[in-house]
Amino acid sequence: MTGLMVDAQQVHKSFGANEVLKGIDFQVAPGQVICLLGPSGSGKSTFLRCINHLEKINAGRLFVDGELVGYRQQGDKLHELSAKDVAKKRTEIGMVFQHFNLFPHMTALGNIMEAPCQVKNEPKAEVRQRATELLAKVGLGDKASAYPRQLSGGQQQRVAIARALAMRPKLMLFDEPTSALDPELVGDVLAVMKDLARSGMTMIVVTHEIGFAREVADTVVFMDGGVVVEQGPPSEIISNPRHERTKAFLSQVL
Amino acid sequence: MTSPDNVVTGRPENIRAVPVRHPWRWVAIAVIAVLAAMLVHMLFTNPNLEWPYVRKYLFSQIILRGVWMTIKLTILSMAIGIVLGVVAAVMRLSENPVVRGAAWLYVWFFRGTPLLVQIIGWFSISLLFKTLAFGIPFGPHFAGENTNKLVSLFVSALLALSLNEGAYMSEIVRAGILAVDEGQTEAAQALGMTKLQTMRRIVLPQAMRVIVPPTGNETNGMLKNTALASTVGIFELLRSSEAIYNANYKTIGLLIVAVIWYLAMTSILQVGQFYLERYYGRGSTRTVALTPIQRARLALMGNHGRGGAN
Repeated sequence: MTGLMVDAQQVHKSFGANEVLKGIDFQVAPGQVICLLGPSGSGKSTFLRCINHLEKINAGRLFVDGELVGYRQQGDKLHELSAKDVAKKRTEIGMVFQHFNLFPHMTALGNIMEAPCQVKNEPKAEVRQRATELLAKVGLGDKASAYPRQLSGGQQQRVAIARALAMRPKLMLFDEPTSALDPELVGDVLAVMKDLARSGMTMIVVTHEIGFAREVADTVVFMDGGVVVEQGPPSEIISNPRHERTKAFLSQVL
Repeated sequence: MTSPDNVVTGRPENIRAVPVRHPWRWVAIAVIAVLAAMLVHMLFTNPNLEWPYVRKYLFSQIILRGVWMTIKLTILSMAIGIVLGVVAAVMRLSENPVVRGAAWLYVWFFRGTPLLVQIIGWFSISLLFKTLAFGIPFGPHFAGENTNKLVSLFVSALLALSLNEGAYMSEIVRAGILAVDEGQTEAAQALGMTKLQTMRRIVLPQAMRVIVPPTGNETNGMLKNTALASTVGIFELLRSSEAIYNANYKTIGLLIVAVIWYLAMTSILQVGQFYLERYYGRGSTRTVALTPIQRARLALMGNHGRGGAN
């Protein structure tokens, strides 16, 4: 409707009495790469999880590709979506986790094939073909039959990216994808993400990699205390932050 | 710091040290050897063991039928028990407090009363309900049948054993499910899998690694607990042996027959458990445990190669 991939309007989220998101306003156009920066506890990850309804929002409106997340509007009333409908919408949004969360009882190829085969009921041979191509694309063409524990952290995260891509999502969410990696393994994962950004994928990346944000992001969003403090192109936010809090954060991580 | 003579040049010599002596190990070996010799001697010389009768009845029709009944009761009770256990475990983890409470009550009752009491209870169920029928709750009923016809001796034993087993299995399954990292469920949900798909494809297969060893234990226990069904007159292995020694008074000989069969069956179970654990352990360790056949092959071909450093 609005032509936006993600449209957050005054999104609030609390865990009990603790309000983590205090009114997030935030837009992402298709094809954009957004980097969410901010100190830990600022609500970045929580907001990311709201986008595919892993967390329920308490107030405000959140749209993905013009449709409400988790609800259906009839008149002025909101109806909760059934678990089945929520699951269906999640197939269009890929998510990559800080701790990879690969399925340890399946091979790399099995991890990638699982959702297309089980959720979308696509023919196995076709999925296998696509999964093999995806593995090659993330530089792990020779690891198809390896189990996650036989892979390094960086390799696991690249398999996780391929797993998300196998569903052909229109939006990719990255929740601190390199935070659990040894420094020398970060580069490979970031390289895959850069390729993906160049291919035109809409991406929202929660990260502490300022260099990546500067190079790849169209927009950098700085969050603190559950609100968006400032946002803009990386050249502006990272090089010339206006707010004191942004300055303080950047001086610590740079 | 070190004198020039002590400077090591090139690879030093291999260390050849005098090993520590273990005199008490030899004492233990001697004691065990003497005891083992006494046991073997007794087995061969004590006439009260009634070996001829062991040989005569080990493969007799009545004993074999008893063995078959024991196997049937074990397999069926375990199968039903595992299904009940999974259902009760998933119910215990439900968000609905009524569903959770019902599962809790089931486990509380069947784990909280002796199995023997439950066996006798199911055997006597017709004293409680003369007929069993379908109908509207508190209203009229349609098709009905005499309880004793519906719940045969075998069915009552099966009900007792499997309902009891389900209560224990549910705790084992629940522990297994809880042992799977929450991130796994999240990852599956983020991919659009439903709750059922997540449970069946992602959580339970991983929980199996935790579930299989205690379930092996339970199966082993079940095999022996079927002997309790002899009290209500089911002709399983023990009751069959009893029937024979009640007639010929060769109690020890026939108990040995039963022991041999029980040991044979539990040994087979152990082998099955090894392969099950190996299957569900895939991906959880960097190297998979070798099967005895693989180990033997490796030993024949020499010990170098895969067995070494990992």
